[in-house]
Order: sequence, then structure tokens, then C-alpha cells
Amino acid sequence: MNAISATSFLASKKLTLSDPDWVRYALIGLTLGIIGLFLLLPLLTVLIEAFAKGWSAYSASLTHPDALAAMRLTLLVALVTVPLTTVFGVSAAWAIARFDFRGKSLLITLIDLPFSVSPVIAGLVYVLIFGAQGWLGPWFSAHDIKILFAVPGIILATLFVTFPFVARELIPLMQEIGHEEEEAALSLGASGWQTFFKVTMPNVKWGLLNGVLLCNARAMGEFGAVSVVSGHIRGLTNTLPLHVEVSYNEYDFVGSFAGASVLAALAVVTLVFKTLLEWKQNQELKATRQAVE
Amino acid sequence: MSISVNHISKHFGAFTALDNISLDIPEGELVALLGPSGCGKTTLLRIIAGLEQADQGDVFLKGDKVTDKPVKNRQIGFVFQHYALFRHMTVFDNVAFGLKVKPRRERLSNEVIAKKVHALLELVQLDWLHDRYPDQLSGGQRQRIALARALAVEPSVLLLDEPFGALDASVRKDLRQWLRNLHHDLNVTSIFVTHDQEEAMEVASQVVVLNHGRIEQQGAPGDIYDHPANAFVSRFIGQTNVFDLDEHDADWLQTAGLSTAQQKGKIAHVRPHDIVIEKSTAGTDTFVTLKDWQHLGSLIRIELVKSGASGQAASVYAEMPNDQFRRLHLNRGDKVELRIRHAHWFH
Repeated sequence: MNAISATSFLASKKLTLSDPDWVRYALIGLTLGIIGLFLLLPLLTVLIEAFAKGWSAYSASLTHPDALAAMRLTLLVALVTVPLTTVFGVSAAWAIARFDFRGKSLLITLIDLPFSVSPVIAGLVYVLIFGAQGWLGPWFSAHDIKILFAVPGIILATLFVTFPFVARELIPLMQEIGHEEEEAALSLGASGWQTFFKVTMPNVKWGLLNGVLLCNARAMGEFGAVSVVSGHIRGLTNTLPLHVEVSYNEYDFVGSFAGASVLAALAVVTLVFKTLLEWKQNQELKATRQAVE
Repeated sequence: MSISVNHISKHFGAFTALDNISLDIPEGELVALLGPSGCGKTTLLRIIAGLEQADQGDVFLKGDKVTDKPVKNRQIGFVFQHYALFRHMTVFDNVAFGLKVKPRRERLSNEVIAKKVHALLELVQLDWLHDRYPDQLSGGQRQRIALARALAVEPSVLLLDEPFGALDASVRKDLRQWLRNLHHDLNVTSIFVTHDQEEAMEVASQVVVLNHGRIEQQGAPGDIYDHPANAFVSRFIGQTNVFDLDEHDADWLQTAGLSTAQQKGKIAHVRPHDIVIEKSTAGTDTFVTLKDWQHLGSLIRIELVKSGASGQAASVYAEMPNDQFRRLHLNRGDKVELRIRHAHWFH
């Protein structure tokens, strides 16, 4: 008797929880439509435009010295900024999750600053500091060091916009995991570095990798901040996103969209990696969470 | 002395966690730091371990002053309240951790480490779980692995923070007995922190009662129960009835057979088992009635209501063996007479 009333109760509960079919199809359709219109269609356009004059035109514009220089610069910028951001992110997360100090909440807010400030402003700030009329500009030019309109400026601007990525991933994670495992490692005679590499890092590795991946995507794709400080010198200070814009402005549509296709490919690769990471992480969780028989 | 702390004080902001604590623990003892939450017992344990720094005072382990030594050089074994097992390592790797992080010249070969780890896992009767991850273990199993991990580095002292706090009641009972036996076999000087007086009395060979950052009393469980040093200890350890002599209790205590001649204070604490109940014979002037009783296994806990001379009622608890209670044939609401066999007096 009890069982019967329980099942019928469940069935009625299920009925009230599920929406009518037309609502479901309408919502799914709407979502797919928006994704198609605003995400897939532009991607398709990029490819169509890139190959509008055939494969040879496409490959010629990608192997053009200016395009190659742009790709090299983009890679260089990512190669320098991602490790720096990672080191910064790990130390900031460590400081915030492990220590109590005055101004901690202010620091957390400041780490978020690049997310809330327009990248163009970030670029302008560097112009104000390092420009010919800026605070430090005259000193640097007197010592023959070029920051603005050169690679160091581009790296600085990229650092500014990518700073929060790793720290933002790690702070909540490390706060949640807590300090006890590290204390246990220390009590067992491990040194600070051993504790860090054998206990802390393995616990946060998925969050860290995720942050690094997102940071890398942003470092390669950043336009606004870099645009202000780069000076758009072809073959020297054009990153790939800037190269796309410059080519487009000069009516070199194939060159522009070919560059865009490389950036789009980067995005796809990033997404694949991200999905792979999540999948691996789930596999690992499943392996360690199997119920005790 | 295996563990000594000298005049330790610790403040967290305006809060005084420890107030000038001195404590000596001889070799081989199993000591309980017992007190209500916020009394500073965990802080004291962490200061002995080196996980926390004292504001003042010194810590000695085996005669060495370790006050300024970091935790990793103190040779202690620490078992955390929530076990703190390394979640990404198997049980085997958890236990082996302390042996594997030793500097190269002190490190044992991998075969010796493996042998040692398996021996430890056998000691805690969990060798069959060596390739599991902590998430796959039950609470009691995790606790035993945490203990094996702490023992792997052959600590000179073992420190346990609320070792049974996060376990089910039934598991807790088993593990208490098990820890006592293990300590008997290994004879490592050990301190454990607990807020559960029953646990402290059952497991420890010495109990240190803490309150508000001070030591109230230190001694063997029996001593502390039979001779509480002050009102706090008397109330905190075991059950007790409190009679304040300023409030019309003097006369009544006298009729209950406790002469005020042996009175050494104003407040009398009476253990429930020191109260004897007799059925009231007709005509006796008594104002104690039986309200209710509960079965506590072999004992009956009896709730009595005493209506004082001034009219206000107060509850008194008594305990007696099951069969003795049955022989009295008492019902709820019966008038009874009390006889108090023994009281502790406090000011």
C-alpha cells in the first residue's frame, strides 16, 4: 500500500516538473538558432572569405613575411606572459588562501581590476607611463630602452589583461581545499618546496591548467590594449589580431580573413583542450570516488 | 619528561587562548587534553607540534628546547581532526610520504620503505586497502590510515586532534579501545585533544582539564572524578547535582543525612550515585517526589523534584542499579526520602 502511493506520488511529481513539449522544442530551437546565427555563421564567413580566392591565395597570404612575423610575435608574447601570469597567479592565490592580512579583500578586488577595466584604458595607462611625455618615458629613452611601440610594451599590456586568469581559478579552489594537508606534509618532515610540489600542486593542477589555457587564449587574442601600445609597425609590432585589422583596413580581405582563420583555429584548439581537461578530471574523480564495495 | 611546556601564552587579537600554561608529561603516558570548545586545548596541541607559535613560553620535547624549531624538525606525529590524508595519493603513498621526503642520505631504499609501510598498514589492520584512495575509505579507516602515516616517521611523541570527533558513535567506541591497546603496545608518549569527558576518562592514563586557557586540574581519570579540584571540574566531569547553601538547602541537606559539620564551603556537589533513595514511610515529613526515570543499561537514572521550604521546585538526579530500583516498587509521583552519602564542597 505504501509502495503504491509512493510511486504514484513520484509519477505526479514528475508530471508537474516537466514542461510541455512545445516549450522544450522552442527553447532548444532558440538556443541553437542563436548559436548558429552569432557563432557558427561568422566562423563560416571567416573560412569562406579566407578561401574566396582559392587555396594558393590563402597559403600565400599566410606565408607572407608580415603574417609570419605577426604569428611569431603572438607566440612570443604568449610564451612570455603565460608563465609570468602563472607564477603571479599561484603566489597571489597562495597569499590570499593561506594568510590573513590587512587589505586582503582589497587585493582580491584589485586582482579583478583587469576584468572590469576596458583594455583600451590599460593600453592608455602604459602610454601615459612609458610614452615620450609620460612619467618614465624620458628616463627609458635616455637609456635607449624602448618600451612603447615595441615588444616590451605589447608584453606589458598583455600581462595587464591576463593577470587575473590563473589567480581567479586558484583562489576559490585553494580556499576550499584548506591548509590541513600541507600541515600534515610539514609535520611528516617535508620541506616547503616538497609540500608545494607533492601536495599543493597535485590538488590544484586541474584548476591551474584551466587557468593557464584561458590565459593563453586571451594572450594570443588580445586586441584592445595591445593595439594602443603597439604602434602597428608591420613585421615588427603587429600581433596576429592587429595584423587582421591592418589587412582588413587595406582591403586585403584574403589576408585579413586568413589571419582570422588562424585565430579561430586557436580558439577551437583551446576549446578542445578545455573539454579534454574536464573529461580527464572527471575520469580521475571517478577513479578515486568508486564506492567501497 | 617527554613533553614539557613552560609558561605558554597565546592570544588571537583580544582573545586569550592560552594563559600562562605549564605542563609536564612523563614518558609513555597517554594524555587527554579535555575542555569545552574554545578552552585552548587544540591551540596548545598545535603549539607543541609547532603548527602554531606561542606568544610567550617554551616547549621541550625529550629535554630539547624546540620552541624555535619548525614543525618538520620536531619529530612529532600529528593526526588531524579531519585526517588530512593526501587525497591524490593511494593509502600506501600516504603512509610512505614521511619516509620518501627524507633527504637522500637518510632515506631508506624503496624496498625497505615498502616493507615498513606494509608493516604499519598491518598494524592498523588495513593492509588490504593499500591501493585505495582516501575518498574510497570510511571515516574509521581514514582515521587509522592517518595514524599509520603519523607513526611511519617514528615520532618521539604522537599528537592527536579530536581523533574521534568526526566518527559515528559505534565506530568511536571501537576505535577508543583500539587506540588504548595500540598505545599500550607502542608506548609512544601521546596527547589527544577531546571535548568528550567520557572519551578522556576511558582512553587516557592522565587527564588535563582546561578551561578559558588555564589548566583546572591534571591527574589520573579516577583522581579527577573522585577528587575534583574545583566546581568547574566537578561539573564538567560526570554528572553532578549542585546545592547552593545560601538557598535554603542547609536544613534539607541535614535531613538528607549530610551533616553541615563536615561542610567546607557554600556549595555542595553531589554525584547521582551518591544519592540513596528510600520509599517514604508514612508520616515522615518529606518534600521530594519521584518525577520520572530513564534506563541507562545497567543503571536507572531517576529524576526527582524537590520542593524547597520557600516553595520553588528543583530537579535532583540520582542513579542506582536496575534491580535495586525494581525492588523499591516506586511509581511516578511517589514521595521518597533521600540520603546523601558523599558531597564535594566548593566556595
